[in-house]
Amino acid sequence: MKKVIAISLIAVIAGLVTLSFRTESTKKTNYPSSVKDSVGSVKAFMSVYKVLMSARCMNCHPSGDAPLQGDDNHIHAMNIKRGTDGKGIYSVRCSNCHQAENTAGLHMPPGNLKWGLPPANMRMVFQGRTRHQLALQLLDPKQNGGRTKAQLIDHMANDDLVGWAWHPGDGRTLPPLTRPALVAQVRLWIAKGAYAPSAKAK
Amino acid sequence: MISITVNGQHHDIDADPNMPLLWVLRDILGLTGTKFGCGAAQCGACTVHLNGEAVRSCVTKINRAAGQNIVTIEGLSDNNNHPLQLAWNEISVPQCGYCQSGQIMSAAVLLRENPNPTDQDIDDAMSGNICRCGTYQRIRSAIHKAAAMQPEGAKL
Repeated sequence: MKKVIAISLIAVIAGLVTLSFRTESTKKTNYPSSVKDSVGSVKAFMSVYKVLMSARCMNCHPSGDAPLQGDDNHIHAMNIKRGTDGKGIYSVRCSNCHQAENTAGLHMPPGNLKWGLPPANMRMVFQGRTRHQLALQLLDPKQNGGRTKAQLIDHMANDDLVGWAWHPGDGRTLPPLTRPALVAQVRLWIAKGAYAPSAKAK
Repeated sequence: MISITVNGQHHDIDADPNMPLLWVLRDILGLTGTKFGCGAAQCGACTVHLNGEAVRSCVTKINRAAGQNIVTIEGLSDNNNHPLQLAWNEISVPQCGYCQSGQIMSAAVLLRENPNPTDQDIDDAMSGNICRCGTYQRIRSAIHKAAAMQPEGAKL
């Protein structure tokens, strides 16, 4: 009898130890879920907004059909146009000047293999959007390039052209947060319920 | 060695892969029709075709052109008889002429993609090519003239 009790005791302890090593919850989501918290969610989005409205992000998400340049967001010299695919038109295609990497030197063309604007049928405008508008737009697959929330996080975290913003080349300021800090705020915004700031919020 | 094809001819170039294509064309291959203007992709004087696109050769490194097809002003036509060259001659477009090979190379891409461009199309396509003499009106007229010269459905 004693043997049986000892064996079952060992089995129970072994089972408990095994369970304690399980870190993942059984319910899997693509983004960390936590309790909904509209105040915390909106607060996180405020930080995200600051980054998206910085020159490195907004200059390629303009309200018009021309890209923007510089920290003052002036319209791109040379009358550059978006074109249907977002890569320019005729003899003024983006990659005619913008190489796969930054060209060294002040005022030289920055570069990335994917250089371009969002396409004409999915313009994903940041310029002029309020916090409220931009939050709703980012969450709407019809306006965000068909992205789920998980894909939105992935875009911010891993997209190569997005990453250029933190390696913009000589003379260009960086976004106000580091990329990991931005991604953390995006995750937080979504995890806490992906709330949009009030339409009245400035 | 970097292999490139320029105006239909194959060349093996022994140069730093970071050398601008413009230097290769002018200094190594002796094709001096393409000009150095600003060196920063802001003026268009160095425009050549890389696989048919009007790239600025001053900022395009030779390693991007490796194995690719390049056409310069010297190779645009066999006998300087591309409709744009004929129209350019007829209207006497150039003043000093420095920017003109770049202008023609850009215009050739426009006409290939849009055989009957409007004034607006021309402005949109040619705005990356600056002419310090201000020959813009004649450039525009010559592009219209070249468009009219093309036989129906001709591929440029």
